[in-house]
Amino acid sequence: MLHYVSQILPSLLSGAWMTIKIFFWTLIASIPLGILASLGLTSKIAPLRWILKFYVWLMRGTPLLLQLIFVFYGLPIIGIIFQRYDAALFAFILNYTAYFAEIFRGGFQAIDPGQYESARVLRLTRGQTLRKIVIPQVIKIVVPSIGNETINLIKDSSLVYVIGLGDLLRAGNVATARDVTLLPLVLVGIIYLLMTAIATYVLRKVEQHYRAWR
Amino acid sequence: MLELKKIKKQFNGRTILNNFDMQVQDNQITTIVGPSGAGKTTLLRCISGLEKIDSGSFVLDGKPFDPANNRDNDNVIGVVFQDFQLFPNLTVLDNITLAPQLVLKQSKSEAEKRAQELIDQLNLTGKEGLYPYQLSGGQKQRLAIVRALAMNPKILCYDEPTSALDPDLRQTVEDIILGLKKQNMTQIVVTHDMEFAKNIADQLVRVEPIKA
Repeated sequence: MLHYVSQILPSLLSGAWMTIKIFFWTLIASIPLGILASLGLTSKIAPLRWILKFYVWLMRGTPLLLQLIFVFYGLPIIGIIFQRYDAALFAFILNYTAYFAEIFRGGFQAIDPGQYESARVLRLTRGQTLRKIVIPQVIKIVVPSIGNETINLIKDSSLVYVIGLGDLLRAGNVATARDVTLLPLVLVGIIYLLMTAIATYVLRKVEQHYRAWR
Repeated sequence: MLELKKIKKQFNGRTILNNFDMQVQDNQITTIVGPSGAGKTTLLRCISGLEKIDSGSFVLDGKPFDPANNRDNDNVIGVVFQDFQLFPNLTVLDNITLAPQLVLKQSKSEAEKRAQELIDQLNLTGKEGLYPYQLSGGQKQRLAIVRALAMNPKILCYDEPTSALDPDLRQTVEDIILGLKKQNMTQIVVTHDMEFAKNIADQLVRVEPIKA
């Protein structure tokens, strides 16, 4: 059995690498974009608010699987052609930005308006106030919710099979179908658990970092 | 000297201040007293630029002055809020030095040197590395005062400085405010506490609710 495991492990690991890449880049892009979008959602400019509300509704209101299919098979109809990997990243970032935007909006609304006033009488600019005062407090508030989405993202990344990308789950599926054994899928489960365990650990460290103050 | 001339402020059609006149003399303590809802805090918010006035004018040392446009003003008005509004994510020292570094472009060491003087003066020595939640009420207030002073304001405003404190700390606040007066700080204190106001005031201004 060990021999079999060592035979299929390389293909599983290369699938896992795809999973990690999608996870990593989606997170890196959609957290800052989510902050920006959340600022737009609370903006005084009504049209901007409407557009972003529509976007969030669209992204949260339809399955990510459907969005992937539309980005890869649908957009070429209007002349926007993505490679499979780029299409996957595009759809994931778009989707996760919407969720993060809502989480950050809640975070921003939890900040005492007095904090802005106090920064204002000290003559900090709006940008300085956000960067130094507000966003650190917002991050502390949203870390648990962001953590939830982060764990979801690891597992959601398995949806990329629908546009023919070879991720961890697909690698396991291929081996299972070929060798008529569930063992590859057991291994897939273990690898997912390892990845989520690492993410959980990192998130706990981040939470601890923000526990220095209240 | 800061002069308020015919200041008018309305909220949703309700007039809070109507043709309000006041003079704040340099190096003196001006207290603003009156019942709840009379507009004391609104007045302070207009002076510190947090509210725009509907009409009237401010004159500072003979020159027109718009507190609401505080970007261009040079270190004019500092505020100690009723609930202090310290920055919870910054240490005591960083709460004080943030604005002097970002706004007055002081170097870190310059800002920290000045902060340390104020920390020692207001009896917060040893607390530099703590976060606001680790301070007592009185210490939080002193930090709020130090943070405002670090910006070298011409006028320092307090909103109800005794209300968030234990009664026995009232004396300490009096001492601090009178101590700053000796250093020629111009101060405006909003309070509903008449006895406290009388103890510290050079000038007592009454704000009465306006009957509709």
